[in-house]
Amino acid sequence: MKEKIISIIETYGKTPERLMDILISVQEEFRCVSEEAVSLIASELGISEADVNQTKTFYHFFTTNPVGKYSVYLNNSAVSGMMGVAEVADEFEKQAGINFGQTSPDGLISLHYTPCIGMNDQEPAALINSLVFTELNREKVRKIVADMRDGKTVESMVDEYGDGNNAHPLLKAMVKNNIRKPGPVCLGEYEVGKGINKAMSMEPKAVIEEVKSSNLRGRGGAGFPAGLKWQFCAQEKGDRYVLCNADEGEPGTFKDRVLLTERAPMVFEGMIIAGWALDAKEGIIYLRYEYRYMLEFLNSVLDDLRNKNLLGKNILGKGFDFDIRIQLGAGAYVCGEESALVESAEGKRGEPRNRPPFPVQKGYLDKPSIINNVETFCSAVKIVENGGKWYKEMGTEESTGTKLLSISGDCKKPGVYEVEWGMTIKEMLDMVEAKTTQAVQVAGPSGTCVPPSQFDRQIAIEDLNTGGSMIVIGEDRDLIKDVVLNFMEFFEDESCGSCITCRSFNMILRKQVQRVVDGKAIKPDLDNMLEWGKIMQNTSRCGLGQTAANPIATTITNFRDLYELRVKDVEFQSDFDLEKAIAESCEAVGRPPHVHE
Amino acid sequence: MSKPIVATASLAGCFGCHMSLLDIDDRILKLIELVEFNKSPIDDIKTFTKHCDIGLIEGGVCNTENLHVLKDFRNNCKILISVGECAIMGGLPAMRNGISVRECLEEAYINGVTVGENKKKIMPNDEEIPIITDKVYPLHEIVKIDYYLPGCPPRADLLWQAVVALVTGDELNIPYELIKFD
Repeated sequence: MKEKIISIIETYGKTPERLMDILISVQEEFRCVSEEAVSLIASELGISEADVNQTKTFYHFFTTNPVGKYSVYLNNSAVSGMMGVAEVADEFEKQAGINFGQTSPDGLISLHYTPCIGMNDQEPAALINSLVFTELNREKVRKIVADMRDGKTVESMVDEYGDGNNAHPLLKAMVKNNIRKPGPVCLGEYEVGKGINKAMSMEPKAVIEEVKSSNLRGRGGAGFPAGLKWQFCAQEKGDRYVLCNADEGEPGTFKDRVLLTERAPMVFEGMIIAGWALDAKEGIIYLRYEYRYMLEFLNSVLDDLRNKNLLGKNILGKGFDFDIRIQLGAGAYVCGEESALVESAEGKRGEPRNRPPFPVQKGYLDKPSIINNVETFCSAVKIVENGGKWYKEMGTEESTGTKLLSISGDCKKPGVYEVEWGMTIKEMLDMVEAKTTQAVQVAGPSGTCVPPSQFDRQIAIEDLNTGGSMIVIGEDRDLIKDVVLNFMEFFEDESCGSCITCRSFNMILRKQVQRVVDGKAIKPDLDNMLEWGKIMQNTSRCGLGQTAANPIATTITNFRDLYELRVKDVEFQSDFDLEKAIAESCEAVGRPPHVHE
Repeated sequence: MSKPIVATASLAGCFGCHMSLLDIDDRILKLIELVEFNKSPIDDIKTFTKHCDIGLIEGGVCNTENLHVLKDFRNNCKILISVGECAIMGGLPAMRNGISVRECLEEAYINGVTVGENKKKIMPNDEEIPIITDKVYPLHEIVKIDYYLPGCPPRADLLWQAVVALVTGDELNIPYELIKFD
């Protein structure tokens, strides 16, 4: 073990900044990062064991005890629940003879739950040894577990490949693209290198001006003007870095999966163009571990670009050096927050930083950095190719261009749609052939639960903003139990724990929703939940805590009657149980459990 | 018009909140002009002799006697206020909440390093002794609480202003410094 770990550490230049990669390689090699491994890594890197442990314990794909030879990470997000994950989980448990959270005694199989893996359009889905298995059902599970018992490799268990590049020799994934509606920007015609050629024929400043003129706003959800971000970064002194946020963890979004599969060169091209505009030398794409199955494929795309002299040394013979490395995450939603992403890319816990300074001032390695979404980089390529004016003609005044929507849930045609900003929810529902819709969850758990009375609202940054996640919730769903409770469990798990309110209120609020579901809550609890949500919003450092109460707040506001049906109309109730409260101490001292009133 | 009547008690607390109340210094003279005290350690009235307007309770509930007093207060006070960290969240006594009550008792009476000779391993079990509850409860988990005054202890000025606002009906004006603890 020792030699192998030392060689892994050397592969990554023996630097603590690459701790994530080291831990990932060790986890994949030994199916765990044992305490011995932690000691060894710490001493080889010259950091403390606590430093290694704090990173290790932050990410849910790192384990202290070995996972099974076949580790099953089954997605238990809301849409997976709608599509029948309970049955799939039950079958896994039956076939494997263990419960979720356990490893079989022979070490063959371990079962785990994991939040959204970016496959909402083909749920229930699971990662088995980091390969994706989609549209699972009881029969498929029986076959998978039988194959495991026969010792088949996971690769050979994938018998059918998806469309497009999913069938690429380096991908061989059963994932379907489900591109339902290509648009003119990200999923339209694309020719490798055209954007770079155009950009490098322009002055870097002119490239930034072009992006600014398009009014392109960040596609991750926050909507910050991309050109302005580039300009702020360009104004700072020092080595600059270009980071791509491919950590789409918002439950319900999967559009970056499709872009990375079908438009990988375009994503990188956007980063290279940004590199040219900012005079940066290095780019990093932070890829969520759930998309680990694409790693070899994406590296081959980078090699292709290098071979075409579009990446690496002396690009297009203009003396511009720029290279990109792929940084894998290891399972942490909060790393989609840009400053947490930077921390993680530096090998640390993914805890959001305090701002200011902003990443454009002090980002990766405290150097000026831009962090943009996958889709933002793709859009920038087309903007440079066709001009900001062309781009601006699409969409609305404040939200220019197109948006990729990842639509899932109760509709006939889940998948990826590239539409102009400004579409109404009603138009969207018609487009995906959804019937009898109870609500649409816009922008994932951290977004808004929109009731039918508001279906004429627009999908636009100025109205209903979204990073792409759109979950259609049918009439027969139990909105509070199937959706709100699931979302709160998600936030409780994914809070980084740094801010006290986010750490504790997510748990308290989740328990409170559970009480509503169990019929134990009372009317004043509803207003309390709203108040507590506001406190969490006002006292959390990053977007996670600031939005984590949204599932509750937007449903209490928009679907109050659903709650009122389930809560008792009393002012106060106590769960205090005297008999239970004194049982143990009476038994311990040997006296009858009797209270004189 | 008769003066509003105030009652106070310390349950699983340290009397620090009561000390803080005494910290209002000479305003205590104004206080007794404003209100009348009933059951309270301040005047040593042991049982309620009148129905009260305001009950101030420090400390959480750690045994059946605390429980009895708390319910007695709820029954006898129009407005009941949780005063201080222990009443609101259990406070320091609630540090035992992660440990089983049996283990706590054994540590106190049998295994603890400061325990003298106890060969027969006796733990107090007389029926007259209040029964320890499985954990320390904040007040609002047991009875309805109307207001909360945070702090460990709440600052004298906060207690003063809260009581004055309640009895005069004036708006409570709490400067940030009064409830800022870091």
